[in-house]
Amino acid sequence: MRKGLLWLGAVLLLAALEPNLRGLIGAYNYQILVLVGINIILAVSLNLINGFTGQFSIGHAGFYAVGAYTSAALVRYAGPPVRALVSFLPAVAQDAVLLLMGLLGAALVAGLAGLAVGIPSLRLRGDYLAIVTLGFGEIIRVLILNIDAIGGARGFSGIPQLSNFFWVYLFVLITIATVHNLVDSSYGRAFVSIRDDEIAAEAMGIDTTRFKVLSFVISSMFAGIAGGLFGHFTMYLHPNSFTFVASFYVIIMIVIGGLGSIEGAVLGAVVFTVVLEMFRGFGAFRLINFSVLLVLIMIYRPEGLLGSWTLFKRRRKTGAT
Amino acid sequence: METFLQQLINGISQGSAYALIALGYTMVYGVLKLINFAHSDVYMFGAFMGFYIANSGWFQATMGTSVLSGIVVLLGAMALASMLGILIERFAYRPGRSPSPGTLSFWFGILGAGFGYLLGEAPWAVAAGAFVGILIGAALERWGLRPRAQSSSLKILIIAIGVSFFLENGGQQVFGADPKFFPQIIPTKVLDVAGLSLDSQKLTVLGVAIVLMVLLNVIVNYTKIGRAMRAVSFNLDAAKLMGINTDRIIAFTFGLGSALAGAGGILVSLMYPKIDPLMGILPGLKAFVAAVLGGIGNITGAMLGGLIIGLAEVMAVGYGQSTYRDAIAFVILVLILLIKPTGIMGKGMVEKV
Repeated sequence: MRKGLLWLGAVLLLAALEPNLRGLIGAYNYQILVLVGINIILAVSLNLINGFTGQFSIGHAGFYAVGAYTSAALVRYAGPPVRALVSFLPAVAQDAVLLLMGLLGAALVAGLAGLAVGIPSLRLRGDYLAIVTLGFGEIIRVLILNIDAIGGARGFSGIPQLSNFFWVYLFVLITIATVHNLVDSSYGRAFVSIRDDEIAAEAMGIDTTRFKVLSFVISSMFAGIAGGLFGHFTMYLHPNSFTFVASFYVIIMIVIGGLGSIEGAVLGAVVFTVVLEMFRGFGAFRLINFSVLLVLIMIYRPEGLLGSWTLFKRRRKTGAT
Repeated sequence: METFLQQLINGISQGSAYALIALGYTMVYGVLKLINFAHSDVYMFGAFMGFYIANSGWFQATMGTSVLSGIVVLLGAMALASMLGILIERFAYRPGRSPSPGTLSFWFGILGAGFGYLLGEAPWAVAAGAFVGILIGAALERWGLRPRAQSSSLKILIIAIGVSFFLENGGQQVFGADPKFFPQIIPTKVLDVAGLSLDSQKLTVLGVAIVLMVLLNVIVNYTKIGRAMRAVSFNLDAAKLMGINTDRIIAFTFGLGSALAGAGGILVSLMYPKIDPLMGILPGLKAFVAAVLGGIGNITGAMLGGLIIGLAEVMAVGYGQSTYRDAIAFVILVLILLIKPTGIMGKGMVEKV
């Protein structure tokens, strides 16, 4: 009950903010705010597989791209008939239906892609996932470049603008809540045990491959949702926004914040996005500093700046009453 | 038939370049069990060093396009690339394994030099910035920051990604982001052998690659340091107990692998003269796939894997869709991981508790 009220309050607050925010903080800051939100979804979801399960994926941008293109193509091509079908609703609700349809498709297809990538690589030692995901990101880019219906090398334009501050931050909350509850559950304990000692986890009867694939698929689905939100915000997609560099950005975010801390991932996403935007004039120099920071954090504080620190104390379930 | 033979030759020369890069991956994986992501950037660095040597005033004045100038550029780039490899090992990977002094000074020195450049753009500003950075780093190291002693594979992997990202962005800052054209340093001739046109560049690439691989085999199999390398790769802790200075052997392995990557950079630039700071990423990935295909940690396997990847790619371009060229290596990777994850020549790995 209390939780339901909390969610209702959050939704109302977001809905109240949305129409006034652009005027309040200016269009430029509004855009950065939305990008921060999308990066939070990416960072928190990547943290599930990298930080909590300890399997290193460096192809998050690939799933992000899959989601962005799936959602955009779905709304672009299946959008008009669906809109006709729900024409009895007010315009805002029609947009919502279309967006949710796109995001659902994005999550499903990105999840399937995660399954296809995860099954061959997660059976093996951890570092194979790194290279397979990196390769997958490149394959996806090559595929997109070759499909004309979604723009190919020209980029995909004419995507209706459906997402905004309200939707992005609603999904930020959903992502954080999902990952938080997941990590707190028995599944989450299985993930963390795989990270801490895979052999011991296996000895305790955990089907490590199954849990690794599960964590990876969930992480990919949220990356897909982030992609959908991104495409419907910028209204234009180009394969060059989804190179390995984009994956590296997300890794930097979670390493700065802390591998295995949700608050850390959020903080990392905010700091990284804002700093990158503030010092735009310095070009490659910003990224040189971030990469040195990455190396030094790993040497001197491998658990990230925040480590496994959390804002909210995990409540311990005290057995049967 | 003739086109097939032609493609075969193209594929073999392309593949031998991949094989050279793959050797570095496989040797480092052998001793450290680490995917050295920075290796692809060492390859890029080698190509740029060759570019700067060939364009230097001294070189232009004394050498023309001749075989000798080719050798000078090749050896120079290999030496510089191998120095970079040893630096990376010393200041990024070794601190991740065990505390080692000077790490903070090194990185703060680089950052300081960057800030100095932003402030003044003059050499003295860069030097002053670097000096201040080194002082701050040394002070921090002296009073406070101590690296964590425990080493995990994930930690070293992230360090490798960080170093790779550092070299790519540093390359964009120092060399410039726009592509450059590698000069013609060896004379070009097209030989006509039985209806096949063999251009001298491709033959040079093939010849140099073969010579280097034979040399590497001699070093690894018939020298004392090679025996130590094999021992470290077989079991690091046991090698340490036997009195081998493992840190020195690891540094030597990095130097050797990086020299080969530098040579690969020069050879590929002879065939495809466009070079830019991000040029290493794709060839590096494909070379890594080649190493996995051959059996990671296995030197003969890396050569074989490189040839297979090069041939597959050239054949696919010659007889099919050239736009899918970059995807082929990864399809091969997924197949090999599904069918035989240890690779063609790899031995099964036992997970030790």
